[in-house]
Amino acid sequence: MRAMVYRGPYKIRVEDKPMPVIEHPNDAIVRVTLAAICGSDLHLYHGLMPDTRVGHTFGHEFIGVVEQVGSSVQNLQVGDRVMVPFNIFCGSCWYCARGLYSNCHNVNPNATAVGGIYGYSHTTGGYDGGQAEFVRVPFADVGPVKIPDWMDDEDAVLLTDAAATGYFGAQLGEIAEGDTVVVLGAGPVGLVAAQSAWLMGAGRVIVVDHLKERLEKARTMAYAETLDYDEYDDVVVELKKQTDYLGADVVIEAVGAEADGNLAQQVTGPKLKLQGGAATALNWAIDGVRKGGNVSVVGAYGPIPNAVKFGDALNKGLTLRMNQTPVKRQWPRMFEHVRNGFLTPRQMVTHRFSLEEIPEAYHVFSSKLDGCIKPLIVPSAA
Amino acid sequence: MTHPDIPSAYVRDKRTPPPSREELRARIPGWGVDLDPVDRPSYPKLQYPADTGAHWDFPERQPQKWPREHSIEHAFVTPVFGTAQPPKGLSGVVRKYAYARFSEGRLAHWLLLVAGDRIDAAEHRLRSFASTRPDVPATGIRSEFTRGGLRSRRGRSDARHHLLDPVVVAGPWVAGAGAAVLGVRKVTRALRR
Repeated sequence: MRAMVYRGPYKIRVEDKPMPVIEHPNDAIVRVTLAAICGSDLHLYHGLMPDTRVGHTFGHEFIGVVEQVGSSVQNLQVGDRVMVPFNIFCGSCWYCARGLYSNCHNVNPNATAVGGIYGYSHTTGGYDGGQAEFVRVPFADVGPVKIPDWMDDEDAVLLTDAAATGYFGAQLGEIAEGDTVVVLGAGPVGLVAAQSAWLMGAGRVIVVDHLKERLEKARTMAYAETLDYDEYDDVVVELKKQTDYLGADVVIEAVGAEADGNLAQQVTGPKLKLQGGAATALNWAIDGVRKGGNVSVVGAYGPIPNAVKFGDALNKGLTLRMNQTPVKRQWPRMFEHVRNGFLTPRQMVTHRFSLEEIPEAYHVFSSKLDGCIKPLIVPSAA
Repeated sequence: MTHPDIPSAYVRDKRTPPPSREELRARIPGWGVDLDPVDRPSYPKLQYPADTGAHWDFPERQPQKWPREHSIEHAFVTPVFGTAQPPKGLSGVVRKYAYARFSEGRLAHWLLLVAGDRIDAAEHRLRSFASTRPDVPATGIRSEFTRGGLRSRRGRSDARHHLLDPVVVAGPWVAGAGAAVLGVRKVTRALRR
């Protein structure tokens, strides 16, 4: 089969790889019909995630058709069209039993601090991902869901991570009616977080970024006010001014380890890898929220330490909430919101590439060329 | 009443109340549908799902094709795991040592894994030079010309650090080539003597 393959930082290509096989009785093999590149894939692409092995196939946002099922699979049949949450989870461990699917303890031998994720290095379990023609899906009775007939494929693929993570980010903010919510980052996660903040009763939503096309999308898709940090010497001071010197009630950090906005953080983090990435957005969140406020973090960070202003978080009495998204837990309610048009994930898709074009897709998305907000990947076997 | 110029942060209440529910509902599709925390799927944080689809107490164990490396913070190799890219070569030795010796709480664990990644890339790069498909320093660069590399970056502050990318990407290649030239020269001189 054809698959995207990592060759080292900044280097990927498409290769012929052996077909995935059933390795556990509850596995399924899924033929991928649509995949996406996630902003967090760029951390792997840039070599920021420890134990990213040459030959690894990335991709944790995908939908497809069940091609083969293991002997114990009861809930899926060959030919079912399924959307697969980015989390691999067993459904039965201490964590899954309490709904913390993203923290499953039975699927990732490599680390206890993170659950299993498709195509996201060996630090999340060493599973090849869905930017390929076929993929192994463990715990087929637990993770995948049949795509509802009414749902658009592009909405379905975005619900497997980006959209679900945006919605989850707004929930972590514990938004109360009338709150001023600041969303850092107008990428796919931030855009849905901004939409979701309104559903939870925000009185004001301000989205911060510096890419004009993304800020425009935040205004049109999420009805948000926007703030272009390139226009200000100090974006935190501007946030304070715009919130009557209180700061935001809630800040949602939807950027993660490759934040722009501070050259020193960029150089010491993503470029020279002297820290786990750039903690710029996290520090802006801590500084920009009001005392006693909530910071929700859904931007992805690796396990290597970052230069974070923890003292300010303490002194301000902040509540910091964060997790990888337990995607399947979000779906029933999110499906209603998508059907009602309250959440519109597919509006953020800007580019569609074939699997063979994936090296270009990564470069375009990584360097944010051509107004790219969200690129989708169409495998050739689709 | 305090002077209206004093911002909200210095007085008891916010000076500008949020827009009314009616106003927000008229402007934002779906405003407030999840206003009640009970309607939010992740509330409360710990929530016992009625049915996860699991029909086991503990999953059947997937067979190990090699002694699977695992965090020493785990009691054992988890019943299900990825089998992609088994550890091989020098990078494999480094990775296996990182897992066997240091917990996730130790920086050495992660730094060894990062070192393993760089060794892995170098091992594969060398091997690729003996193949029909040698590695290149970076991929996807064609899109700089087809997708408006210059146009897209105009006026963007991050263009400053993009200038560093060629250095970060090509640096190890230049260093590697330099070391190879020096090595070859040294060997040639030694042979001439």
